[in-house]
Amino acid sequence: MRFKLKASLAALATTAIVTTGAHAASHSEALSGDFVIFSDMSNPAPRAVIEGLAAQFGEMHPDLNIEVTIIDRDAYKTQIRNFLTANAPDVANWYAANRMLPYVKAGLFEDVSDLWEEPQFADQLASTKGALTIDDKQWGVPYTYYQWGVYYRKDLYEQYGLTEPTTWEEEKANCQVLLDNGIKCYTLGSKNFWTTGGWFDYLNLRTNGYDFHAQLTAGEIPWTDDRVKATFANWRELLDMGAFIDNHTAYSWQESLPFMVQGQAAAILMGNFAVAPLRDGGLDDSKLDFYQFVEITPGIELAEDAPTDTFHIPSQAKNKDAARAFLKFVTSPEVQTAINAGDALGQLPVNSAAGVDDDKFLIEGFEMLSENSPGGVAQFFDRDADAQIAQIGMEGFQEFMVKPDNLDKILDRIEKVRQRVNK
Amino acid sequence: MPSTALPHTDHAPPPRSWYKRNEIRVTPWLFLAPGILFFMVYVIIPIFQSFSISLYEWDGLSDAYFIGLENYRELWDDDAFYTSLRNNLLWLVLYLLAIPAGLLIALFLNQTVTGIRLYKSLFFFPFVISQIVVGLVFSWFYDPSFGLLNVILGYVGLGPINVLGDENFVNYGIIAAGLWPQTAYCMILYLTGLNAVDPEQVEAARLDGAKGWKMLWYVIVPQLKPATFIAFVVTIIGALRSFDLISIMTNGGPFGESRVLSFYMFEVALSEYGFRMGYGAAIAVMLFLIMLLFISYFLYAMYKDEKGH
Repeated sequence: MRFKLKASLAALATTAIVTTGAHAASHSEALSGDFVIFSDMSNPAPRAVIEGLAAQFGEMHPDLNIEVTIIDRDAYKTQIRNFLTANAPDVANWYAANRMLPYVKAGLFEDVSDLWEEPQFADQLASTKGALTIDDKQWGVPYTYYQWGVYYRKDLYEQYGLTEPTTWEEEKANCQVLLDNGIKCYTLGSKNFWTTGGWFDYLNLRTNGYDFHAQLTAGEIPWTDDRVKATFANWRELLDMGAFIDNHTAYSWQESLPFMVQGQAAAILMGNFAVAPLRDGGLDDSKLDFYQFVEITPGIELAEDAPTDTFHIPSQAKNKDAARAFLKFVTSPEVQTAINAGDALGQLPVNSAAGVDDDKFLIEGFEMLSENSPGGVAQFFDRDADAQIAQIGMEGFQEFMVKPDNLDKILDRIEKVRQRVNK
Repeated sequence: MPSTALPHTDHAPPPRSWYKRNEIRVTPWLFLAPGILFFMVYVIIPIFQSFSISLYEWDGLSDAYFIGLENYRELWDDDAFYTSLRNNLLWLVLYLLAIPAGLLIALFLNQTVTGIRLYKSLFFFPFVISQIVVGLVFSWFYDPSFGLLNVILGYVGLGPINVLGDENFVNYGIIAAGLWPQTAYCMILYLTGLNAVDPEQVEAARLDGAKGWKMLWYVIVPQLKPATFIAFVVTIIGALRSFDLISIMTNGGPFGESRVLSFYMFEVALSEYGFRMGYGAAIAVMLFLIMLLFISYFLYAMYKDEKGH
């Protein structure tokens, strides 16, 4: 979808003069010319957010001719490499961490370290700075992030006298009670490989800790390491119990939600974006609740997955002044509070001065990430690991969940890719 | 010859332009030129480009490194490549079932009953709808919890089968979905072919006492040879480009067991996590070589056919 905010004729007449002037004083307030945004915020709520952002930004800068192109979120992932090399917009959405590495290495993203030196970034966005840093430079700004964790059917837990677990033993004991009553512990839609990436992240973060996980996803530790095998051994305990729904390979993550809504499965390990469809399915706050993934190896500091979504300036952008102003605009506390509210994105603001909306899951998630995640915050398997390792890894996790005996073969395969990538 | 018979011999004939002199030879090339140009740009040149890219390590964004035949050496011991190759062969063999099935339906529909046109169109219908829709319809049909297949199996007391999520069934499940429209295509080819069957030969055969299978095999089928040839060609090509059904029904899963070469190439080079243009090009070259076998056979068969006439 495209829409344009037409500037007045008078403004158009002055455009030429102002643009030439703008080069001299690059940070002047009078922004003008064309300003193109490519966005992957294609779901209904995010779409309204980006359209609202553009409209608001247009009101602040009436001389700017803003054009927003919204591309389907999955199609965007492959289109980005085409439009970054030819016909680049002024601002584009993407993801933090390793996911932006190919574009940074190819010189397609603009270095925005200068923005990060300003107080608004340096102080209020400090928590996400690491995720946007490659080679000591920052390559974009975050606009939202969300927690991962276990969303469960509170009413089912109460029915069988279960409480939120905090240790691995409790988790398994709860699961056994549910299984004895004919309810699967977890629903899963592994037709989307990445759902298994979430399970691996948490099991590995809890078994071996954040530092090991970070090194492993960075490709510094062989996948055949015994500590990796320990993670899979824990995973296998759940598989042997039959904790996951049958035939999970046939479902996408959305198709796996009805099992939870219908009460055939009690919980799901997922990002906060699962709350909206679960609520639509009829689970209100009395039936749906959240707990942090349990501790596995005692004494290891808890660390969480909290993927960050970002805005970047392509290096071939034509209106970089407007782009920088836009990045400042979206990360400001007021905008952050507004766009992450429950009726907008329904996620967590990246700006520490912004307010978290009064939503049960957002508050719980915010507290968990700010107070109970001393180990660190990971992005997500497919954002931390190299693209090739992410692909073969998550495919392997799915295979492992169906054929746990193939583990050694799977790990050898991932290790082979790791060695090639590192070469 | 007396020269007076020709008028104006004292004048040289008006000079004819180069084009006029060569008109007969040049015109066909002029008409062919746009076709040749676009065929070169979009088909022939990319084939050679693929060959050259397959010798590089390239992520599609940064600089490419020449690595010689390294991509092919890696293909040599890549399990996923062999799985894809195996699936390609499976597709090739099983897809050919569309030809006898299409012939059978065509024979069945080749009669004059009221409303036969409607029946013919209904049988042709699956070929008209998009492959994506066929894929979606079959994914729902196979769905382990509410799909029609498992409901039916439930009536006979068989447990639910997770067709698209089980590595043993997934390929057969997708090929069955692909056969649905492909059979309709072969059927149409045979229906037109049956119109051209010579009634006198059928009559003569009948007088000689041929009927049933013998009539079909020795009298009808030989006359359908052109239709069979075309059906064979389109089915082989259809099997080799079985991309959309796989993409929509399983996305190559479970754990890559339903990939074919074209899908693997896409995954490696162009998908969400795919950045290996060189490796993808190497797979494309292998696929091209396999296709080349069939293409040369078809060209040879056509050449022989034309010489025979």
